[in-house]
Amino acid sequence: MLDDFFTRALVAGIGIAIITGPLGCLVIWRRLSYFGDTLAHSALLGVTLAYAFSLNIAFSVFVISAVIALLLLNLQKRTRLAGDSLLGLLAHSTLAIGLVLMGFLSSIRFDIMGLLFGDILAVTLQDIALVWIGGFIIIGILYFIWKSLFSATVNYDLALAEGMKPNIYNMIFTLLLAGVIALSIKMIGTLLITGLLIIPAAASRNVTHNPTQMVFVAILIGILSVTIGLFTSLELNTSSGPSIIVIAIILFIISLIPLELRGKLQK
Amino acid sequence: MSKDNLLVSLENAGIYKSPKWLIRGVSLEVKNGQIVTLIGPNGSGKTTTAKMVLNILEPDEGSLKRYTNKIAYVPQKINIDWTMPLRVVDFMRLTNNLSNNEIIESLNQTGVEKLFKEQIHGLSGGEFQRVLLARAIAKKPELLVLDEPVQGVDFNGEIDLYNIIKNISANLNCGILLVSHDLHFVMSATDHVVCLNGHICCSGKPSSVIKDKAYIELFGEHRSKTLTYYQHDHDHTHASDGSVSS
Repeated sequence: MLDDFFTRALVAGIGIAIITGPLGCLVIWRRLSYFGDTLAHSALLGVTLAYAFSLNIAFSVFVISAVIALLLLNLQKRTRLAGDSLLGLLAHSTLAIGLVLMGFLSSIRFDIMGLLFGDILAVTLQDIALVWIGGFIIIGILYFIWKSLFSATVNYDLALAEGMKPNIYNMIFTLLLAGVIALSIKMIGTLLITGLLIIPAAASRNVTHNPTQMVFVAILIGILSVTIGLFTSLELNTSSGPSIIVIAIILFIISLIPLELRGKLQK
Repeated sequence: MSKDNLLVSLENAGIYKSPKWLIRGVSLEVKNGQIVTLIGPNGSGKTTTAKMVLNILEPDEGSLKRYTNKIAYVPQKINIDWTMPLRVVDFMRLTNNLSNNEIIESLNQTGVEKLFKEQIHGLSGGEFQRVLLARAIAKKPELLVLDEPVQGVDFNGEIDLYNIIKNISANLNCGILLVSHDLHFVMSATDHVVCLNGHICCSGKPSSVIKDKAYIELFGEHRSKTLTYYQHDHDHTHASDGSVSS
């Protein structure tokens, strides 16, 4: 069954949706959308380096994203530039460096569209193993640090004062985010990964009333987006990444309906 | 009091934030069963001092010694973004695993047990302060740091909350560090007052602080006196929803 490229894409995609659900919730609670975006932009540099030194792509992307995340923390301490300026600076400089390096590697043919928007045809059995094993590790770590991470998300000072050690767990969270980007780059592409993190979580917020519920509904919406998105991609011969995100945004719009209705009822 | 009761002590501590010292030369102690209050005008370093005690800010000079890890904190300000769906019960469990009964018991103490399942975002300012206090009590801390815990609470609610705070220190035998604007409560119910204005202006028992020149200068002769002698006459009490209960 896994011989079929479509089934492989589906299995990998569902794995990714399960990881992006909880991480996406944390990203929107912590207002880190642009941070995720920056990591994703830097992923292109990671891919280029992977080709140049024939490394595993996911591994290389993970390392580069982690370095960028640490660099950001360091820059924040040294300059007084606002966070979004620093993010823009890092995002575009790594993207540019990646593209320049790519020019030097003219002997290797790059599938730029595939890198930017994802390619379901490219999902191998090895990728599936990577997504599910990597995902299992990420979710496992997340489960263990959830309470500390969550309390620090609600209020950092309070978590710090009451001994939840938020500084360490914030760092781990950043690495997990780098990890999920590395795992999903092949399916979704660098330009759209942040979409899969944010949109299902945002849609989930519209219909849920407590944090746990929001995480699980976000996973569900992610799985729906991936499944329907991949079928659409197959039927209409469109890129997989954009198709998945379009479905996600449609689900987001649907999630607004109960919110609207409640507003009307209250009037 | 023996050294054993000591929960936390600051010695000659200060925080520097370029280009000036926010606070300098602060020495204070909090012991079991004691209420220590920090008073002073805006920007005098009350919150900064509280954050040093909590180890949120590390002193740039001087030192902090802490003898307990069971700490609860009511910050001056908490903003919970709409993007996070959060019920009161989830918030109560933020840094602690509590049973529903323990949660209800604590909410009951601050008079808001009805809000158990409510969304945090729907609470009024006063209700939220009561939930914050209930969360801190539920941890059964040895050291409780309260940064202006009655802000946004109406007048009678304020008295109510201050009574609760007095009871906490007695029931849990914990030490309380309180940042407060309410000179009346400070003078009538606390054991030790520290008056700040970038440094310690004066400190000691309330009865001696109100006679201190530095204190009278800081708060003005009129206000420092009238509020000290003010007594609130009330022959009934109010529940949190405003109904008269006896």
